[in-house]
Amino acid sequence: MTRVLDVEQLRISFPDGGRGRVHPVDGVSFSLERGETLALVGESGCGKSLTSLALLRLVPPPGRIEEGSSIRLGDTDVLALEGDALRRIRGRRIGMIFQDPMTSLNPVFTVGAQIAEGVRAHFDVSRSEAKQRALKLLEEVGIPDPASRLDAYPHQLSGGMRQRVMIAIALSAEPEILIADEPTTALDVTVQAQILEVLDRLRDSHGMAVLLITHDLGIVAGRADRVAVMYAGQIVEEAPTARLFAQPSHPYTQGLFASVPRISGPVTRLSPIGGSVPPPGAWPSGCRFRPRCPKAFDKSETMPPLLPVGPDHRMRCWLADRPE
Amino acid sequence: MLDAVGRACRDPRGRAGGLILVALAAAAVIGPFFLPDPVVQPCVLECRNLGPSLAHPFGTDDLSRDVLSRVANGGRISLAVAVLGVGLSLSLGAMVGLVAGYWGGPVDAALMRVVDAALATPRLFLLLLVLAVLEQVPVGMLILMIGATGWFGASRLVRGEVLRLREESYVRAAEALGASRRRVIFRHLLPNTAGPLLVAATLGVGDVILLEAGLSFLGLGVPLPKPSWGGMILDAKPVLFVAPWAGIFPGLAIIITVLSANLFGDALRDAVDPRGA
Repeated sequence: MTRVLDVEQLRISFPDGGRGRVHPVDGVSFSLERGETLALVGESGCGKSLTSLALLRLVPPPGRIEEGSSIRLGDTDVLALEGDALRRIRGRRIGMIFQDPMTSLNPVFTVGAQIAEGVRAHFDVSRSEAKQRALKLLEEVGIPDPASRLDAYPHQLSGGMRQRVMIAIALSAEPEILIADEPTTALDVTVQAQILEVLDRLRDSHGMAVLLITHDLGIVAGRADRVAVMYAGQIVEEAPTARLFAQPSHPYTQGLFASVPRISGPVTRLSPIGGSVPPPGAWPSGCRFRPRCPKAFDKSETMPPLLPVGPDHRMRCWLADRPE
Repeated sequence: MLDAVGRACRDPRGRAGGLILVALAAAAVIGPFFLPDPVVQPCVLECRNLGPSLAHPFGTDDLSRDVLSRVANGGRISLAVAVLGVGLSLSLGAMVGLVAGYWGGPVDAALMRVVDAALATPRLFLLLLVLAVLEQVPVGMLILMIGATGWFGASRLVRGEVLRLREESYVRAAEALGASRRRVIFRHLLPNTAGPLLVAATLGVGDVILLEAGLSFLGLGVPLPKPSWGGMILDAKPVLFVAPWAGIFPGLAIIITVLSANLFGDALRDAVDPRGA
């Protein structure tokens, strides 16, 4: 296994209306191996999308990545890059698929032109060569009759087709890492499955690493190799997928599972997690899940580090030291 | 984009306005080749202030010149001033708006305060002041001045669009793909402001025709022996009761042009943004 991405202690800050800065992403560390899928799971507002934008240095101003953070792509220190060197990372080494295929394509250009744009941004090829590659990419993402779709405008395609086009664009520069930021949230359930299959197939055929960002545990199972659960700007639990599903350990992860309906087993009432994620300025001291946690105890008033609970399985909870 | 023009042409207002504009422009461009020289006086005394006839469908003016021929030639100048002036002001406005909207922050604040100040100055009086000092200016200079005083509104329009578009995910997607700043601005932002810009252009043509006619009527616009619609009305003023046609026909030309430009502009606006109707 070769490690393609290493994120250490990523902190992102935003100004908080004159009262200093808040940190919606606060000390996130993870890594990605070649050919692996890591799922980053969490509710809206937990910092997962911001984390993914930081990998491309696209944190929208006035946000900024704090000193002491580190993002390494192989031997490249992403945080040290500027200008053209940074542009050569974007798309070429890390590709990205966005949540909403309805607004992620430029309405005034044909999809063929938009895929070719990605090709030409990173490879010195002629227009016709770029068009040939665009055609091949459309075939790869499973668009029927790709030759005629090249000249279609985004509004002429369905949501699923557009998301396939987005994937084709993200693949146009043959990146090592593909970030999929809630790639199926805006799509019908049947189309979701098709899009996820396309992603799986491409990961295997291209040997890419995939960072799958989602709030939907259902699409994580059987697809991701590892799962990292985020809460309030931090990773609270990280484990191989099978282990996480068999033995969710952090009270927040347990809460997430309890709020998803199960097909097998006795029919029980779903139990949602009480309350909602507090905004970055209003995080409690100690464990950030403490106010919503049914198992909080005196030690929760100090912030727990990521503690081991099993092989490759860690969580940010003092309960790890006190097996029940 | 062409889509919107097509939709505008299916609107009865748009179709009428568009057809009249095209007809007027064609008459102004082609007409003078078939009409008598607007400067030549067919005869000096007997041909003054003749009413409309077969030989002179719009009559002749106080200096024995054919009014139809002058309206057509004046149309060339008036339309050229309008189209070039609007083109210039929209280009300037688009540029300033793109810069302000894309860079934001202090650049945006500085540019927009300049625009605020400029919009608080009445354009006609600004032009009158400059023209009164310079006295007669050539037509090219007039176009430059109309362009230079007309971009403020357009820059606000484009800035607003850019602020909105910058948040669109396809702009972020282009950045995530490694597109250069120039590429993002000219390929992803500018083309998507084309709709509102085109509407502003069409409506602007009507405004500038009125502006130029007003300046020429005051003797400060298109320099005199050259025909222009406003200048013709000025010429016709002393003989208004003897030869009203010398003033009525250029006046009609102004009204019809402005009206059809506005009709087409309104239809185009509805086609570009159906919600704003």
